[in-house]
Amino acid sequence: MSRVSADVATEATAAARGDAPLTPRRRNFISATFRSQPQAMVGLVIVVIFILIAIFAPLLAPYSIHEKTGAIYAPPSSAHWLGTDDGGVDMLSLLIYGSRVSLEVGLAAALVAMIIGGAVGVLSGFFGGSVDIILMRITDIFLVIPDIPLIIVMAAVFGRNLRNIIIIIGIIYWTSTARLIRAQVKSVRERVYVKRARSLGAGNNRLVFKHVLPQVSPLLIANTVLMIALAIFAETYIAFLGLGDPTTISWGRLIENAFKGNAVLNSAWWAIVPPGVCVTLVILACTMMGQSMEDALNPRLRVGHLAVRRFRVRPLHGKLETE
Amino acid sequence: MGRTDYIVKRSLFALLTVLVAVTINFLLFRALPGTAVSGLKCRACTVQFKKALAHDLGLDQSKWQQYKLYMENLVHGNLGVSAISHKPVRGELWEPLKNTVAMITLGTVFSIVFGVLTGVMAAWRRGTVVDRGSLWLSLAFYSMPTQWLGLMIVYFVADRVGLPHGGIQSPDLGILSQPSTYEYWKDRLDHMILPAMTLGLVLYGEYTLIVRSAMLETLGEDYVLTARAKGMSNWAIVWKHGFRNALLPIVTLIALSLGFIVGGAIVVEYVFNYPGIGLAIVDAIDKRDYPFLQGAFLLLTFSVILFNFIADLVYFKLDPRVTT
Repeated sequence: MSRVSADVATEATAAARGDAPLTPRRRNFISATFRSQPQAMVGLVIVVIFILIAIFAPLLAPYSIHEKTGAIYAPPSSAHWLGTDDGGVDMLSLLIYGSRVSLEVGLAAALVAMIIGGAVGVLSGFFGGSVDIILMRITDIFLVIPDIPLIIVMAAVFGRNLRNIIIIIGIIYWTSTARLIRAQVKSVRERVYVKRARSLGAGNNRLVFKHVLPQVSPLLIANTVLMIALAIFAETYIAFLGLGDPTTISWGRLIENAFKGNAVLNSAWWAIVPPGVCVTLVILACTMMGQSMEDALNPRLRVGHLAVRRFRVRPLHGKLETE
Repeated sequence: MGRTDYIVKRSLFALLTVLVAVTINFLLFRALPGTAVSGLKCRACTVQFKKALAHDLGLDQSKWQQYKLYMENLVHGNLGVSAISHKPVRGELWEPLKNTVAMITLGTVFSIVFGVLTGVMAAWRRGTVVDRGSLWLSLAFYSMPTQWLGLMIVYFVADRVGLPHGGIQSPDLGILSQPSTYEYWKDRLDHMILPAMTLGLVLYGEYTLIVRSAMLETLGEDYVLTARAKGMSNWAIVWKHGFRNALLPIVTLIALSLGFIVGGAIVVEYVFNYPGIGLAIVDAIDKRDYPFLQGAFLLLTFSVILFNFIADLVYFKLDPRVTT
């Protein structure tokens, strides 16, 4: 499931227009994002709440998730706020514990993708030449191979435990990060201060770690936040197709359980709706945060009439509004 | 660099991608524990028999020889034999493929038409209620797991609109009398609508977001300002100046999202029990029918590569500046 993320969109538009990628303002971009974009704040709050729920799951969950505590598919009641599933297990507890695995897979897989994509992007952009050509061809190829079938095949081949699933998702989703970072590094490399540092005798290591990486890291972070959403998605797909880790409970597993346990036939909406709502909320939150960060990093959006966010194509008060 | 250069370059790239996909396909399935022979259990399956069979399948040769054999078979269109039905995989893929293509086409056309309309409108009415409403709606659809949206539609929508929950044909069709052509195809279509809508809605969210951001970029350009100053009609500004230029990123991104459509189709078909490639794949996973899985994966990869190649050509047609 390659939901084409917004960064690819920005990159593609920039490429189509033929202008150079834009540099992020490095300092305080995160606080700037949250100050200027309220939806980023909303996203952050949602994610923090879910992370807290995941951390304190044992304290919050009213029942054990390993034993039957009610009737099969019992509707919501004061004892079971969200009813029970096909095994009589409390849904709310399952949901709370499920957040652990889903978030863990999301964060860890996004991290794997960030490391691979960041490394490929920096190497490719910084060294250019044949390194660039080879790495970018590999990236292009990975970009075209449909990811869910590839994930299915890999999960079927390598076995169904959490670590493998994290690695597989990471291996598949690094491509867009690599391309984005490469474009950024290419423009940073040509900056005067980098050239000066080079002529002062700075080695490649120093240039990359001291000058290039700090410049691209905001973009890398924004991209990773978007990647978390993709990874959580991928986990639900894998679990739904019965390729998830059979020993763990995740939101994906809960959706699978609702489907396989015939929740529809039993009219048990409480087994179907909540896990999907949780996934949707987290993904919405990550998308809002990631996109707001990218917007905050894009100075083009703040330049005079080019600031699309301010430019009213249909003037509301009889004149064009500019910043 | 000229036109032919570009086409040759893209064709070579597509070929290279196919080659890599085939190789990945070969390597991944060879990484599995056991071979096609070691899992066999039957009374006649003596050690000698297994050895002979392994020899027939080329399993006693080196990996490199096996790879060559595999490629040779592929060139001849031989995808191997299903481990469950013992029929050639190629034939087994054909029927589900037709069903899937019909369903996907319906969903994709729906999402492109409505995605473009909403996206353009949202960008044009930037900052208004229309924009914010459609932005949230598409973000919400974009954030839903496809399989969950499918379940929700089965649970909350199917009965209300009187469409079937799943399958591809009503069980009672043609029992009392031979169905007319119209009845037959209407029944098919009825079964196709909900899965196609599920896929279409998720894609709709994505396409709206893509179209909107691409349109915002172009509507902010100087030439749009100029067009306004010249007093051109809104229609001409939006479609001739704005959309025409926004098409480039839109086409690329829609082509790239094809990989997702394929993945989405798998879970959608599973939810709706719609007998397409996706359901066949899920079945094959359950039964560990690796030859079939291998063939299906290759088919899906080929189709995505093909569509990306077509998008490359369209891209070239759209923008004469494209040379790389």
